Amino acid sequence: MCGHREDAEEVSQDTLLKVFESFDKLQDPEKVKAWVFRIAKNYCLMKRRKSVFAPERELSLDELLPSTTGEARPMQVPDDAELPDEQVLRSELNGELERALRELPEIYRSAVLLRDVEGLSTAEAAEVLDVNEDTVKQRLHRGRLALRKSLAGYLEVAK
Amino acid sequence: MTHQHSHRDPACLEVFARLSEFIDGELPALDCGEIEAHIADCPPCIDFLNSLKKCVAVSEEFRNAAECPPMPAEMEEKLRAAWTAALARRG
Ligand SMILES: [Zn+2]
Repeated sequence: MCGHREDAEEVSQDTLLKVFESFDKLQDPEKVKAWVFRIAKNYCLMKRRKSVFAPERELSLDELLPSTTGEARPMQVPDDAELPDEQVLRSELNGELERALRELPEIYRSAVLLRDVEGLSTAEAAEVLDVNEDTVKQRLHRGRLALRKSLAGYLEVAK
Repeated sequence: MTHQHSHRDPACLEVFARLSEFIDGELPALDCGEIEAHIADCPPCIDFLNSLKKCVAVSEEFRNAAECPPMPAEMEEKLRAAWTAALARRG
């Protein structure tokens, strides 16, 4: 996923640093290995094409409210059309999610990646990101809201 | 009963601000009850909650779909060494 060798090296360094910093704080060293691999994978996604689409700014709750004039619906499905095959829909959704994740400012992206994609607990994510749990919760919420907004059209079609 | 599909109601906004914690079961029972009570009578909030839940489910499914090249062997080796050292340090 990282594509370029330099990216991979950057990923390695960042990951190593994060992990080294965390070693002494972690409750269960057995978990470390699994985390390292997961974090490395996430960093691939986090690093890629970040500068153009992911300005580092705070998202306000206001701008994440559903729009009153209806939300974008990229997938137009006529009433009498056959519903898209579930497999197709799933892979399309995954593609859209990846795009939406990349466009998310990094602080929100890392919260969503660690909590929802990788399934870490709030406490675990707080440890990895070196922030408190309330910050994780706040970033996760805004990140989810932003993703929901950009995936709105797809979520309507998905079961 | 008719509901405008807008989340500008103060009660809706309050729900909106806490929906992730609600979904994750991280709210105190009292707050959770408040949200449940509001949602029971507010279709726009139910719709919104459902779409947010779907969105979380999409991320969870993504866990297995995401692909990444294997970690470079050299890095894996360094990590193993660091890990062993850390374990030794902890005693
Ligand atoms: Zn409401």
